[in-house]
Amino acid sequence: MMMLTLSHYLILAAVLFSISIAGIVINRKNIIILLMSIELMLLSVNLNFLAFSHYLDDIAGQVFVFFILTVAAAEAAIGLAILVVLFRNRGSINVEDIKELKW
Amino acid sequence: MIETIIFYVFAVATVTSACAVVTVRNPVHAALFLVLTFFTSAVIWMTLEAEFLAISLVLVYVGAVMVLFIFVVMMLDINVARMREGFVRYLPLGLAVAVIMLLMMLSVVTSDVFVMEVGSEPVAKAAGYSNTKALGAVLYTDSVFAFEIAAVILLVAIIAAISLTLRKRGKTKYQSPSAQIAVRKADRLRIVKMPSSED
Repeated sequence: MMMLTLSHYLILAAVLFSISIAGIVINRKNIIILLMSIELMLLSVNLNFLAFSHYLDDIAGQVFVFFILTVAAAEAAIGLAILVVLFRNRGSINVEDIKELKW
Repeated sequence: MIETIIFYVFAVATVTSACAVVTVRNPVHAALFLVLTFFTSAVIWMTLEAEFLAISLVLVYVGAVMVLFIFVVMMLDINVARMREGFVRYLPLGLAVAVIMLLMMLSVVTSDVFVMEVGSEPVAKAAGYSNTKALGAVLYTDSVFAFEIAAVILLVAIIAAISLTLRKRGKTKYQSPSAQIAVRKADRLRIVKMPSSED
């Protein structure tokens, strides 16, 4: 009988984090996929917090995850709002077109 | 035992859909695969007995954030072909970075530091245990200050998102209710005395 251990969850979180790192590197032109990769990263970090919370029997990890979820939701809302404004002004959301600080 | 099977099935589903998120052509498909990733992750969070957070992951992420993503992806006119430029060029670099990071992290998490001693497995909670209640008890007492700050952050995010995207169009016609209510008869109607034509 195989028991689930802490390592199972830590390895899964490491794999998810690596996938999102790869996503950031290979999709560097597409800012929407970049934002999605950041969400994936936050998900894997949250998985680490929850795994430690469960195996150390300390609920503080779940409180952290709660706040990370809150901040991630705010970040996604503001990021997408900036994206919409950018598209309205430039007509494109390609990362290569966003190279000036002022226009 | 059943937990192990559930973990493996949903871990494979999570990793597969996460790979699909970063590789598919269409951003709408990527967003939908990200929804699938969140659902399967919620099941894995359930196996960690974090029921409240698993449900709020589905509600907050799938219900709000991903709907926002899909809304924005569909609203913007995205040139997919230009977005894909350099995908093949950066693929080896991306894979190399990911594999190196994965090996580094695996060497840490599989070391002796994180191996549990036999007999220190977490005990199952009693039947009446409520994860939501336990989380709330900590959230509203020990970390109430952080909780208030989180509320302020959400308020700032609302105001920032609205003020960024709100715009006044010059040509649109709209009602001004206060001017409509404040109008008096004398402003609109003029009674003109005229001699009758019968005379």
